[in-house]
Amino acid sequence: MIGDIDPTIINLTIFVLAVFVGYHVVWNVTPALHTPLMSVTNAISGIILVGAMLAAGPAETDWGVWLGAVAVTLAAINVFGGFLVTQRMLEMFKRKDKKGST
Amino acid sequence: MSADLVALAYLVASVFFILALKGLSSPLTARRGNLFGMLGMAIAVVTTLTITENWMLILGCIVVGGSIGAVVAKRVQMTAMPELVAFMHSLVGLAAVFIAIAAVNNPVSFGLPAVLPMGSKLELFLGTFIGAMTWSGSVIAFMKLSGRMSGAPITFSGQHLLNLVLALVMVGFGLWFFFSDTTNWTAFIVMTSIAFILGFLIIIPIGGADMPVVISMLNSYSGWAAAGIGFSLGNPMLIIAGSLVGSSGAILSYIMCKAMNRPFLSVILGGFGNDGGDAAADDGAQKTHRSGSAEDAAFLMGNADTVVIVPGYGLAVARAQHAVKELTEALLEQGVNVRFAIHPVAGRMPGHMNVLLAEAEIPYEQVLEMDEINSDFSNTDVVLVLGANDVVNPAAYTKGSPIYGMPILDTHKARTVMVVKRSMAAGYAGLDNELFYMDKTMMIFGDAKKVVEHMVKAL
Repeated sequence: MIGDIDPTIINLTIFVLAVFVGYHVVWNVTPALHTPLMSVTNAISGIILVGAMLAAGPAETDWGVWLGAVAVTLAAINVFGGFLVTQRMLEMFKRKDKKGST
Repeated sequence: MSADLVALAYLVASVFFILALKGLSSPLTARRGNLFGMLGMAIAVVTTLTITENWMLILGCIVVGGSIGAVVAKRVQMTAMPELVAFMHSLVGLAAVFIAIAAVNNPVSFGLPAVLPMGSKLELFLGTFIGAMTWSGSVIAFMKLSGRMSGAPITFSGQHLLNLVLALVMVGFGLWFFFSDTTNWTAFIVMTSIAFILGFLIIIPIGGADMPVVISMLNSYSGWAAAGIGFSLGNPMLIIAGSLVGSSGAILSYIMCKAMNRPFLSVILGGFGNDGGDAAADDGAQKTHRSGSAEDAAFLMGNADTVVIVPGYGLAVARAQHAVKELTEALLEQGVNVRFAIHPVAGRMPGHMNVLLAEAEIPYEQVLEMDEINSDFSNTDVVLVLGANDVVNPAAYTKGSPIYGMPILDTHKARTVMVVKRSMAAGYAGLDNELFYMDKTMMIFGDAKKVVEHMVKAL
């Protein structure tokens, strides 16, 4: 039965459920951390890196591969930049925490 | 690696992304959450490397991109976070377009049939146009936020009609691409180009202070673009990660609109407000305000029991957060209870003020959200408003006012109000602020940073 289902329907199922998970998880984020939320979601949307890697993947290099390579570079800026700047911001919240408790 | 193992590894990575967002529910767990996010990304990238052939090229590109990202992340000023976020949204959009073009060029490398089935074409169409709009919209948002372009809305007659026509033409070419038997490059390229133009046109009419909504909306788009590519490639991890980001951005847009009491549609249609208010509303009557010096203000605050500081965008512009920290320390030494009140739309992006105050090492226990502090204003001796205007305008309680119904910080209920501002100019909404003319209000004119430094000296 599962084999008869169009993969797009399965993907749609995953999509709808993931939107629900996202909805509930994000409403629990404290407003003070909304800027780190944006930068970390920025890094997570850099997951598109995986698609870019597939585009740059084939051994026979045509222009599509080079386009993929550019996409890999762009997405990597996002992944590294996003996670590192989030970390930098969250360190600031930690430092305060220590000072606040002493 | 077998396809099943790859899929399982992607599932693990997806769970880590959910945990990354979950961690942000408290500053105590947030850093661990961010580590989970990095771990998820590492798993995703390493797994994908095992199923690609050109890994030297790919690793090289990751090193180049990663280094650029790391340097940017290290150097960026906290006041410039909104620009950085807009910049990064644009990269996701552009990468999505490039991937879609590569997939149309060589579907086999993505595990798709050599002749794209209709379903894949539809998904590629969605991924491409959302990606293209994300890119061009974010470029405009970036230029407006970084001051390379005026924040004033750009409007012209027939704007919405033009957008509508362009959107219809774009869908038309999309359908042509969709129903062509062979790869129809003409249709695909025209459609993508129109999507780029639409992205520009949609963001130019939106004014500078609506940026918290725009930036959240583009955040959402960048997620949907990633999810769209996930559909095209049949990759559940991309769909899950993209959906998480998409819903996060959508929720933030909703929160921002609610905090401005404006319907989302009206923000998107744009044309509201000006560049920061040189057009003061003039209702004819000459009203008088009381102005004072930083020293007077310092004296009043030093003798108060409770002080609440309300920071706004002006604080970010003047980069006054470190001076404010010194002020709070000086006041704490004199036994004054100092707290901060943050309006949800203070600054140019959600949570902007919290990060600036965190940067200045102000403990987050002292920083309160609007709902937490609003009932306390009537028991507060002195409120110090630093570069905020519309979010403290009591006109929000007056029926018929353009901002009627907008939730505000009830600073007008405090015993004494002090407002640091550069001039009497109206705020973004172009409205006069009654608060500035109240008997208990003292205006202190000048650059927020200099005024605060003077206060510290006087204490």
